[in-house]
Amino acid sequence: MRVIVMVKATKDSEAGVMPSEQLLTEMGAYNEELVKAGIMLAGEGLHPSSKGARVRFSGDQRTVIDGPFAETKELVAGFWIWQVRSMDEAIEWLKRCPNPMPGESEIEIRPVFEAEDFGAEFTPELREQEERIRAGIEAQK
Amino acid sequence: MTATDAHRTIEAVFRIEFPKLIAGLARIVRDVGLAEDLAQDALVAALEQWPKSGVPQKPGAWLMAAGKFRAIDRLRSRKLHERKHEELGRDLDAEVEGVAAAIEASLDDPIGDDLLRLVFISCHPAISREARVALTLRLLGGLSTDEIARAFLVPEPTIAQRIVRAKRTLSDAHVPFEVPRGDELAGRLSSVLEVIYLIFNEGYSATAGDEWMRPQLCEEALRLGRILAELAPDEPEVHGLVALMEIQASRTRSRTGPGGQPILLLDQDRSRWDQLLIRRGFAALNRAELRARTLGLPNGPFALQAAIAACHARARTAMDTDWARIASLYDALGRLAPSPVVELNRAVAVGMAFGPAAGLALVEPLTSEPSLRGYHLLPSVRGDLLAKLGRLPEAQAEFECAASLAKNVRERDLLLERAARCAAGSRT
Repeated sequence: MRVIVMVKATKDSEAGVMPSEQLLTEMGAYNEELVKAGIMLAGEGLHPSSKGARVRFSGDQRTVIDGPFAETKELVAGFWIWQVRSMDEAIEWLKRCPNPMPGESEIEIRPVFEAEDFGAEFTPELREQEERIRAGIEAQK
Repeated sequence: MTATDAHRTIEAVFRIEFPKLIAGLARIVRDVGLAEDLAQDALVAALEQWPKSGVPQKPGAWLMAAGKFRAIDRLRSRKLHERKHEELGRDLDAEVEGVAAAIEASLDDPIGDDLLRLVFISCHPAISREARVALTLRLLGGLSTDEIARAFLVPEPTIAQRIVRAKRTLSDAHVPFEVPRGDELAGRLSSVLEVIYLIFNEGYSATAGDEWMRPQLCEEALRLGRILAELAPDEPEVHGLVALMEIQASRTRSRTGPGGQPILLLDQDRSRWDQLLIRRGFAALNRAELRARTLGLPNGPFALQAAIAACHARARTAMDTDWARIASLYDALGRLAPSPVVELNRAVAVGMAFGPAAGLALVEPLTSEPSLRGYHLLPSVRGDLLAKLGRLPEAQAEFECAASLAKNVRERDLLLERAARCAAGSRT
């Protein structure tokens, strides 16, 4: 399964404060571990919301709103996409991440929808056929 | 933390640390079977202690230390046992200490090398191909024997036995725990790549097998490939294999219809191709080609197959496919690893690039090829080319023949439909 891992913003990240030398080194090492483990699919940092924009949708109306945006702790400052076997594995990996911000911070993990989540590609007929194959193999034991 | 929480955390930690743990212990005790036992012992210790003391800051190091102590214990009791039967003049304690010191010294080696050693030993030619697949999934993937059994639709005891026998074979043959060098490396690496691709294919094209395990197998194979690419970055074919798997995996969502019927590559909805995986595939292919060029080597079979897959990935629609390039890539592949199947694929590409008559000319010699007898794609391809040339009755016969050879119901139905369209006067 895939997960998206979102580093939440802080006052500092919104103010464009760059990470320290030490943090950059530690993050670099952490990213390397993710790559070596074969789970890292993508990862990027995002500019502060002052450089961003939003489009609000209401019926046919479209309104453009320029950043910065107020709800700092809900904003995304960076993300990864990981290939993992379970949420538990993702959480365990995330715990090993160095704190991405000075002071307190939060990182959120959300599973990504997969093809299987969109439901029954496996019809009842196919399920039945699968059962017959399985039964056939059991009978041969 | 509740007991359940602790348990789940420990499981997750173990899944992450398991291969490195086995690899590190295998270097000490020189036996993968024993290493796995010691790793399991370390897990038991963790399950006993961590719910009370909390999960340690560095769980991997804790597990390695726990395994290491048990390894020393085993070696000590083994020496004691030997001593009862041989009269050793040397002092037992000094001997054990010497071993312990050697262990300490050897642990300065980076864990990456150990993992690579584990990869090579799991894919050792001394054990059968099926055993290599099972052992790799068990030791490097951390899959349970039940999960492996479900993936291959084989009873669980069969897999368990296969793994036990494999470990015994490796042990009895005193297979060294090392990365092969020199002349040996190419062949041994080939074996590793073959195992990983076998696992991928089982997930990608298996028509039987547990539906939940199939995508898991592709993911496992991709993960193993990516790990190997980090462990052995100088090997072009490792990157080639990863490139091939990333690009093939990119098509997962578009390959089956709502009824589970297979959708051929040229008919797939390309908007459902995973661009993230395609981009990763292209990057891996670049690494493969660059590395080969630096070494002064031609592109290997995996890199060539990946390049073919990349041609499809690059085309926004089926019409945009660069068939001439695909044809020349199959030509190169055929010279490197000649096979009638490769030649058949080349015929398809030539037919698309230069017209059905040209393609048909390449298929004709294959009709007498003994190894293709019973291979449904041969009459299927021939039928397609004949139909395009307007030779519909012959095409229909070929599709009906192909249908009779097809391996599963859905493929057969597709071919019978094609035969019916020929009968109705359609060339496509």
